[in-house]
Order: sequence, then structure tokens, then C-alpha cells
Amino acid sequence: MNLSKYIKVYKKFLHTSLASELEYKTNILVDLITAILSLIGSIFLLSIFFQNNGYIGGWKYEQALIIQGIYTILNGITNTWFNPNLTEIVKHIREGTLDFVLLKPIDSQFFISLKKINPSGFLEIMLGFFLLFYCIIINQINLNLSLLTLSLITISCSICILYSLWFFISTTTIWFVKTWNAIEVLRSFLYIGRFPLNSFSFSLRVFFSIFIPIAFITTIPSEVFLGLSQLWKIFLEVIVATVFLITSRKFWLFALKFYSSASS
Amino acid sequence: MISNLIKRKIFTLLKVQYSNMLEYRVEIALWAISGIIPFFMLNIWTNNNLNESINISDVMLSRYFLSAFFVRQFSVVWVVFSFEEDSLMGKVSPYLIQPLNPFFRYFAQHLAEQLTRFPFALIIAFFFFIFNPESIWIPNLGILLLSIVSTFLSFLIQFLIQSIVACLCFWTEKASSIERLLFIPTLFLSGLLAPVVSFPAYVKSWIYLTPFPYLIDFPANLLSGNETNISGGLSMQILWIFLIFPLFKKIWSEGTKKYTAMGS
Repeated sequence: MNLSKYIKVYKKFLHTSLASELEYKTNILVDLITAILSLIGSIFLLSIFFQNNGYIGGWKYEQALIIQGIYTILNGITNTWFNPNLTEIVKHIREGTLDFVLLKPIDSQFFISLKKINPSGFLEIMLGFFLLFYCIIINQINLNLSLLTLSLITISCSICILYSLWFFISTTTIWFVKTWNAIEVLRSFLYIGRFPLNSFSFSLRVFFSIFIPIAFITTIPSEVFLGLSQLWKIFLEVIVATVFLITSRKFWLFALKFYSSASS
Repeated sequence: MISNLIKRKIFTLLKVQYSNMLEYRVEIALWAISGIIPFFMLNIWTNNNLNESINISDVMLSRYFLSAFFVRQFSVVWVVFSFEEDSLMGKVSPYLIQPLNPFFRYFAQHLAEQLTRFPFALIIAFFFFIFNPESIWIPNLGILLLSIVSTFLSFLIQFLIQSIVACLCFWTEKASSIERLLFIPTLFLSGLLAPVVSFPAYVKSWIYLTPFPYLIDFPANLLSGNETNISGGLSMQILWIFLIFPLFKKIWSEGTKKYTAMGS
């Protein structure tokens, strides 16, 4: 693998997709307002839960806000990279233009996962960081190097898991052609990532840690920030993320064997 | 004679769209599954005993959220996304020539989709009752009819609002981002995630003047047998329809004058 070539290609991707997205400037503004309103809405919902209770699943309001912050960052990343690209896969497969991607002298997964970018997601990521920063202040968290490294590791693992989940579903398009709604199902499941895992009943907790590891995505990084996380949990998250990444890669290569170009 | 013609048109449209929708059974089933967020919310409410503070028993709350799920299933509107695609592809032009407002076509599409969705919603409800057998209830016929009517009115309100947004396609290419913006208050204020009675007083003071609580909270309360003002709710729904409909007609007639056939 030639890394410098890929970096060079990625720069071109960034350039072309930013140029085309910035054509719709009002659109970006509307998306920003949507992101802000959505955050306000989630905090409003959280405050309803906490209005007569001090704790939810063992989390205080100020602590639960950290989860919101991390969720917002991850959602921003989803909207910036995963959503625009992976919905594109569906189009590629339906219209048979995946042929052109496969013919290019470049890794096909790299191409279809990073081709597009939606700049309005950046604002959401920033919003999430603001909230996270605010939470660090109100929870009086001491930032030190080990905390920062651990949180960086867990958040990057979350991103890997999230990416693999999205990529997994998009890959199934090769067989089912229309998977828009499978993505909607994933989105609705991801929604519970806004809340601490312990606030759900035991059976749901098991479901969301084993079958769809949404539990790992937001709860563990938040626990890291609060200094509550045991080392084995972080270790487990790293393993899960690795397994997911490798499987999604293998699954993609496996699925390509079944790809029979459309309309040609 | 004229009414007969309209009847025939509507009947044909429905029939065509129903057979069209039946082709996408799997997608619609997945879509129905993606509406299960109210059940996750229910899980948070009852698992943390949050409902004690708002004086709703576990059973009544689970009925409320099941009803909210049903109301949402039958009031989902996506007309703006269809219309945006059709208008970008230039498909609206042939529709405009026909002696029938194109929105009738979308309207029939929605009704047909609801019909297709019905069995899946029932299956999900069946599973819900297996896990929560104590919450089984049978509303009396009058209440059932009234809640069907109010769910339909809620659907109508959302359809009209979204059609207005869809008409913005005549001015801007990406009206769907405005719809995503409008969806945020609908999500948080309609009662899908938390019943409106649980909202803090500073929100409850003005929320009943907006259309939001009549979209899900009111029909769900009605169906589940929770306390609600039946005549007040229904008349507010009708009032909103009477307020929004002229607006839609106005923007439609303005928009069609602006129409420039794209992509053709």
C-alpha cells in the first residue's frame, strides 16, 4: 500500500466534494440550525428525565451530559463522512456505476468510504466538543495525559465500530439493492446511544452490548472521562473495534464476489 | 358525474399505489421496525421509575408508548423527499399537465403505504404484548374510531405542512433540509419520546397552542385511555388543518408559476 498516494488522492476528494457542497450555502446554514435544535431537544429530553430524579442508571445529570457531548461528536462524524458516502454505495450498486470504482487502481473500500464529505457535519462535531468541554468544567475533571490518551483511544474505537456498522449495512446492498430503510433501523438503534447504558433494563443492555455494540460507542468513552471505567472495558472496546473493522473488510471483499453489475 | 369521476380517479390511484407498495414489503417492514424508539423510551421511563413523578402507572405508560408507536406508524410523511426527487429529475412536468393535482398522487402513495405497513405494525404490537402482557387492553369501539380519526387528522396536518415545504422545491433545490429542520421540534415536542404531561411547566404553558402535541400525544392519549380533552383536541386538529390548507394552496399556485422544468 502506497500511503502517500492515498493521502494525495484523499486531498483531491476533499477538494472536489467541498467545492460541490459549498454550492449550497443556505443548506449548510439550515443544517447548522438543525444540529443546534437537535442538541437542545436532547438536553430538554434529558432534563425531563432528571426533573424529579437525581440519578438515572447511576448517572447524574451533569455526567449524562458527557454522553450527549460524545454522541453529538459521533453523530457529526456520521453526518460528515459515513452518511454521504455510504448512501452513495447504494446508488453505485443500483445504477451499476460500482464498475468504474472497481476498475480504478485504488482500494475500492477506501474510495467509496471517503469519496464524499458533508461540511455541515463539522459544525455538529464542534458543537459536541463545546458541550464536552463545558462538561469537563462542570464535572471538575482534571485533564491529564493518561486521561486524554485513553479517551482518544476509546473515541477512535467508537468511530471504528460506528463505521463498521454503517459499512456492514451498506455492503448488504449488493444482495438486497435497496437498503435505505435498514440504515433507518440502524439510526433508530443508535438513538439509544444518547443515554447511559445502565438506564435500560437488563435484556436491552445485553442486546445492545452483544448484538449491536452501541453500548461501547458512547458509554465507555464517557466513563473514561469520569474516571469510572475499568481497564478491561477499554481493552474490550479495542478488541471489539478491531474485530468489527476486520470483519467489515472481509465482508466487503466477500460481497464483491457476488456483485453482478446492473444495467450493463 | 363529477364526483363519480373523482371517486374513480382516487380509487385507481390507490389501487396502483397499493400494488406498487406491496413490491417493497421488506423495506416497509424495516421502516416499521425503525419506529420502535418509543419502546426504548418506555424502557428508560419504567426502568428508572420516572413515571411516579408524573402520576402515570407503568401499565398506562406502556399503553401510551404503544399507542404513540401506532400513531407515528400511521402518520409518517415523506412527501417532500419524493417530490424533491421528482422535481430534480423533471418528473413533475408530466404530472402538472394531468388534470389532477400531483399531490393527490403522493397522498394516495402514503395511504397505500400505511395499508401495507398495517400488518407489520400489528406484529410489532404482538411482540410488545408478549413482553408486557399486563398492558393488553381493548379500547371501546367509539374511542377506537375517534383515535383513528385523530390519527388521520394528525397525518393530514403533517402531510399539509410537508407539502408546503415540498413546494419550496420550486425555489430551492434542497427543500428536504428544511424538512429535517422541522422534524426536530416534531420529534421532541409531539410526545413521541416523552408524554406532554411530563414536560416542565414553562413548556406546557405554550405548547398546546402549537400543532405539535396534536400530532402524537393527543391521539396516543386517546387510544391508550389516558386522560385527555377529546373535543378540544379534535377541534384543535381541525383548526390547524383549516389554517394550513389555504397556505398550501397559495404556495402551490405561486410555485407552479415559478416552475422551470429541471432535467428535461
